Amino acid sequence: MVAEHTMKAFDADLQDLGRIVAEMGGIAEQQISDAIDALDRRDAMLAQQVIASDARIDTLQREIEEKVILTIARRQPMAVDLREIVGALRISNDLERIGDLAKNIAKRVLALDSEFKSQRVMRGVEHMAELVLAQIKDVLDSYTKRDAQKALSVWRSDEGVDAVNNSLFRELLTYMMEDPRNISICIHLLFCAKNIERMGDHATNIAETVYYMVEGRMLGDERPKGDKTSMTMVPFDA
Amino acid sequence: MTAAVQLAQNDPQPVAEANGRSKVIARDVNVYYGDKHALRNVDLDIPENAVTALIGPSGCGKTTFLRCINRMNDTIPTARVTGRLEIDGRDVHDPEIDVVQLRARVGMVFQKPNPFPKSIFENVAYGPRIHGLARNKSDMEEIVIGSLRRAGLYEEVKDRLGESGTALSGGQQQRLCIARAIAVSPDVILMDEPCSALDPIATAKIEELMDELRTNFTIVIVTHSMQQAARVSQRTAFFHLGILVEQGVTGEIFTAPKDQRTQDYITGRFG
Ligand SMILES: Nc1ncnc2c1ncn2[C@@H]1O[C@H](COP(=O)(O)OP(=O)(O)OP(=O)(O)O)[C@@H](O)[C@H]1O
Ligand SMILES: [Mg+2]
Repeated sequence: MVAEHTMKAFDADLQDLGRIVAEMGGIAEQQISDAIDALDRRDAMLAQQVIASDARIDTLQREIEEKVILTIARRQPMAVDLREIVGALRISNDLERIGDLAKNIAKRVLALDSEFKSQRVMRGVEHMAELVLAQIKDVLDSYTKRDAQKALSVWRSDEGVDAVNNSLFRELLTYMMEDPRNISICIHLLFCAKNIERMGDHATNIAETVYYMVEGRMLGDERPKGDKTSMTMVPFDA
Repeated sequence: MTAAVQLAQNDPQPVAEANGRSKVIARDVNVYYGDKHALRNVDLDIPENAVTALIGPSGCGKTTFLRCINRMNDTIPTARVTGRLEIDGRDVHDPEIDVVQLRARVGMVFQKPNPFPKSIFENVAYGPRIHGLARNKSDMEEIVIGSLRRAGLYEEVKDRLGESGTALSGGQQQRLCIARAIAVSPDVILMDEPCSALDPIATAKIEELMDELRTNFTIVIVTHSMQQAARVSQRTAFFHLGILVEQGVTGEIFTAPKDQRTQDYITGRFG
C-alpha cells in the first residue's frame, strides 16, 4: 500500500470509502446467493429478505457519493488518491446495480405461480450464479488487495457466463415450444438468467475500475464476447 | 466510461494544440552556488505556445532553473551554470548573446508583485522605452494600453494611468507586472509563483490570462499549487532535490505519475 498522507484525516477518509465498498460487496454477494436459493426452493420469505436488504446497499451507496463529493471538495485529490476516490464511486454504483438485479430475481420468485420445475434449467441458473459470484468475489478481492493482475483475470473470465446463458436460453425455448403453459415461468427464468448475466457485466466493470485505480491506465475494449442471444431487456419493475 | 475517468486519461488541453516545437531546450544543465550543487543534469524541453509548470518541494531548484533561462543567475556571484540552455536553438551562454536583449525576450514575473514606484503608465512604458520599441508618443500609448488590455487590467485603471502603480491592489499589481513583462513583446514569460499572494478571484484572472497569453508566448510557471498547475499548464515538470524527476503531459502527471516521488509529492505524502 501507499505511504500515509501528511494529513492523517485524508487517510481516514480513504479508508472509510474502502470499508463501505467492502460492506456493500459483502451484502451484494449475500443477496445473490439468497436470491438464487429463494428461486430454487421457491422460498418467499427468503425472497422478501433479499428485497429488504437492498435498502442498506442503497444507503451505503449514497453515503459513498456524499463522502466522495466532500473529499474532493476538501482535499482536491491527485493521482492515486483521485483514482481511488473515483474508483470507489464507480464500484459502489456497480454494486448498487448488482443489488438491484438480485432484488429483481427475488421479486420474480414472488411472482412465480406455476409448478413447472426443470432440474436442468435450475442447475443451469445455479451454475451461472456460481460463476458470477466467483467473479464478484474475485473482483472484490482484487479491490481489497489493489491487485491489477487479479482484476485483469476477472475481466477476461466473462465467456463462461455467456456460454451457460446461451445454452440455458435454448433449453428454455424448447420447454416453451413443448407446452405453452410453461411460457410464463420460462420467461421469468430467462429474465433471471439475464439478470445474472448483467451482474457479471458489472463485475467486469469493477475489474476495469480496479485496474485503472492501480495502474492509472484503462483496459482496452477487446473483451471476449460470447452472448449470442441478443435479447432485448424489458425492465421488470415497469 | 464515466466522464471523470475519461478526463483523467485525455489531457484537456493537449500539447498538440501548440505547434509542437520546443522553444527552450535544456541539456545537462547543472547549477552550483559555491559548493552547493543546486541543479543536477537537467534535460528539459519547453514547448512553444504552451504553459509548462515547474513543481516540487521548497528548495528543489525551480527558481534556480527559471533563472537559468534568462541568465538571472549571472547576478549571483557564487552561482555557476554548466550545460546547454537553448532558446530557439541558440545557447543563452553564447558570448555573442546580449544579456539585456535576452532578458527582453524572456520576461519574468515574480512571486511578490514589484511595480516600480512610478505611475501605472510609466511602469509599462519603461521596458519599451529602454529597448526603443516606440517611435513616438502615440506608439508608446498604443503599446501601454495594448499591454494593459492583454493583462486584463486596462478597464480597471484606464481613468488613473497617472497614479502610482504601488497604489493598486495586490492582484492588480501582479497584472501590472504582467503587462510590464509583455510590453516588450517577449517570446518567453517566466512566472515564479505569480499567484501566491493573491485571492482566488485575482488568481483566477491571472490563470485565465495565462491561457490567453500562451497563444502568443511560451510560458513557464513555478507554482506550489498542484491544482493551479493542473489547471493552467499543458506540461508539468517535477523537481526534487535538484533533480528533474519526471516531466510529461499535465493530465498524466496529475492522474497517473510514473515516479513514486512525483506521486508522493502531488498527493501530499512527503513528510
Ligand atoms: N543565492 C543562493 N546562494 C546559495 N544557495 C542558493 C541560492 N539560491 C538558492 N540556493 C539554494 O539552491 C537550492 C534551490 O533553490 P531554489 O530557490 O531554486 O529553490 P525553489 O525550488 O525555487 O524553492 P522555493 O519553492 O522555496 O522557492 C536551495 O537549496 C537553495 O538553498
Ligand atoms: Mg523559488
